[in-house]
Amino acid sequence: MALSPDDVLAGLKQIVEEVAGVPAADIELGKNFTEDLDVDSLSMVEVVVECENRFGVKIPDDKVTDLVTVGDAVNFIVSASN
Amino acid sequence: MSQRRVVVTGLGATTPLGGNVDSTWKALIAGQSGVRLLTDDWRELLPVHFAARVATEPAEQMERVEMRRLDRSEQFALIASREAWKDAGSPDDIDKERLGVVIASGIGGVITLMDQFNILNEKGARSVSPHTVPMLMPNGPAANVGLELHAKAGVHTPVSACASGAEAIGYAFEMIKNNRADVVVSGGVEAACHQLPMAAFAAMKALSTRNDDPARASRPYDLDRDGFVLGEGGGILVLEEFEHAKARGAKIYCEISGQGLTSDGYHIAAPDPEGNGVQRAIKFALANAGLTAKDIVHLNAHATSTPAGDVAEANALRKALGADADHVAVSATKSMTGHLLGGAGAIESVFLVKALEERLAPPTINIENLDPAVTVDVVRDKARALPAGDIAALNDSFGFGGHNVVLVFNSI
Repeated sequence: MALSPDDVLAGLKQIVEEVAGVPAADIELGKNFTEDLDVDSLSMVEVVVECENRFGVKIPDDKVTDLVTVGDAVNFIVSASN
Repeated sequence: MSQRRVVVTGLGATTPLGGNVDSTWKALIAGQSGVRLLTDDWRELLPVHFAARVATEPAEQMERVEMRRLDRSEQFALIASREAWKDAGSPDDIDKERLGVVIASGIGGVITLMDQFNILNEKGARSVSPHTVPMLMPNGPAANVGLELHAKAGVHTPVSACASGAEAIGYAFEMIKNNRADVVVSGGVEAACHQLPMAAFAAMKALSTRNDDPARASRPYDLDRDGFVLGEGGGILVLEEFEHAKARGAKIYCEISGQGLTSDGYHIAAPDPEGNGVQRAIKFALANAGLTAKDIVHLNAHATSTPAGDVAEANALRKALGADADHVAVSATKSMTGHLLGGAGAIESVFLVKALEERLAPPTINIENLDPAVTVDVVRDKARALPAGDIAALNDSFGFGGHNVVLVFNSI
């Protein structure tokens, strides 16, 4: 079943807050994971695995480097859920 | 190069007696035990149902997000180092290329290792935390403290089982003596109150099994001692070159003036009953410090409460110090803290520094019948005043593998 961008963003906010301690209110579509949210490479691995578990999608390792912003991640997950 | 002297300018601790140095010291002097029954279900798997966990959980002193990427031993290291750094006056403007960190752990992140092994088996490789390696590596506590303080003179982790914490302080001492650094944050931590290490120590018959009376289980020098009590936590000392400390107006607790290191070459786990290695370490440490046995008024003993170890150590002390052992007040603080393994030599060095500052030797509790084979002057039941004037004290620590470390501290 396709997920809505709003649902994915809401879930992603919870995951990033849990993993990296970034307040959910700071997590916006245009924010860069590394530069804006200070999510380092190890924490990004955790975010990806949590997203796979929560949204039931596969995020291949070679796609992870393309997920630069929160919006990139939301778009990828929504597409993958279709 | 003129002789560089090394002083102690900061202390930090988290122990079974308290979440910082002050609360730990007060409980220690009051003769309180930090040993308690475990509340974990797994205790029923083991012949030993108690340990000495830290009095203050890291969650009370640390943010959740920070905690989840740190092994418990690393949490202890950061908590105690932050206290020690603050106690040293938070000298953040010193040259970081002259700042080092030497923090030991005997076992490393064993709780992380076991937790992630369970996750691998239950959920598969993809669920294993990417933080696992930085959490389980024995140098993780030192590395995390080094990162936080931006230390660039060198970050090190000596590993010598239960002598590790003392060896770390000795290594830090040498870094400053040899002009590699001006300030070194040093000490040791351990977080191994987990069913596997406990089962393993129990398999060696090393642990007390006094399940009906945990608070009285750690009883160094008592005739009925039956093994050590596992403890957790750590101690940190900020060591600093004397002139450097004076120049910035730091509070100076005391001087660390020498160390002696030897190995037994005898057995992987049993102490050499003749204690030759211990005696040589004491002699080397005194010579290194430029002191003699006449100067020593106090000793924090390794004394873990094992039948063989306590007597072997006491015999070695008597032989090494001779008649001068009569004026050495010997305290076995593991009777209250349990045995912090890689943290032991560090927390006991913190106690030694406090003893010199307060002129008070901590008590040894739980001695109902002093083993007649122990021929040193044990401080029993109540703390004992130490003399005024210039005094010096020793901390000895030993580890499986036959490692012997003796540190010398003196008033300044």
